[in-house]
Amino acid sequence: MANDYDSDHDNDHDNDHAYDVEYMERTRNYYRAQGYNSDYQWAHHKDTPFQPINRLLSDSKVAVITTAMPDTELGRRQRAVYSTPIEPIPESLYTAELSWHHGMTHTDDVGSFLPIAALEKLVKSGAVGSIASRFVSLPTEYSQRNTLQKDGPEILKYCQTEQVDVAILVPL
Amino acid sequence: MGLVSRLLEANGIATVVMGSAMDIIKHCGVPRYLHSDLPLGNPCGVPFDRAMQEEILDQALILLKDASSANTIVRSIAKWPGAQGWRDDYSKVDDTNRDALRLKGQQRRGQQKTEKSSGIKRSAMIPDF
Repeated sequence: MANDYDSDHDNDHDNDHAYDVEYMERTRNYYRAQGYNSDYQWAHHKDTPFQPINRLLSDSKVAVITTAMPDTELGRRQRAVYSTPIEPIPESLYTAELSWHHGMTHTDDVGSFLPIAALEKLVKSGAVGSIASRFVSLPTEYSQRNTLQKDGPEILKYCQTEQVDVAILVPL
Repeated sequence: MGLVSRLLEANGIATVVMGSAMDIIKHCGVPRYLHSDLPLGNPCGVPFDRAMQEEILDQALILLKDASSANTIVRSIAKWPGAQGWRDDYSKVDDTNRDALRLKGQQRRGQQKTEKSSGIKRSAMIPDF
């Protein structure tokens, strides 16, 4: 499997308008236009860890992690790590504060950003072992330190407690 | 989200990120990334297109299974069914909205001051994909 994005850069794109949006540059310009003088520094690393899967997906327990918050009074008010039962699949999640493309699309269909219904089909078919009983909400925010020192370890602990084998992370 | 992917992976849990912000994910570096060429907000597929959503998830799981090294990036089958101008539209700054953005920034800074003084410490900043 290729690990070089550029090698398949042009596949499947059959129109002249397709290009990868430079979100960092757009965001920098957008905030500068609002009078912010310090650019946000996105996380950047030279090396990346890698853990090969160590069992078949049909025997694996999968966790789902989203940047959407629970659509509750608390979830709307307080940005924090939450875990929410996957059953019943929530009909909505709180996404208003996230930087999805307002005006161009919407988040009214939870399945478009939380793959639990599709995963459940795979569990029924036997392709996937099981799904962790709760999905996790991770707040996006300015502080990478909060993510690294507080939210990340909390999510790791949850995954370890649930004996999760693999995790699907879905940022909006 | 990339940071959490890296943390889980370093602790023995294999991960795949499904998203639509190629530059940010590449900048961060994650073990496995399935990129869907869609407007931000629908990384699992176009809203209410169940067939697309299921196929994209299949691709994510294949990536999870088949990747043999870090920073493996695959493009999903996703295609936006609407106008292709969405790429140019995102966070556009031009003469039509420059004054409004300046005002928005002033209001936002005022709101942030209020939040800080009322004890809300976690900033609702956006760009950590």
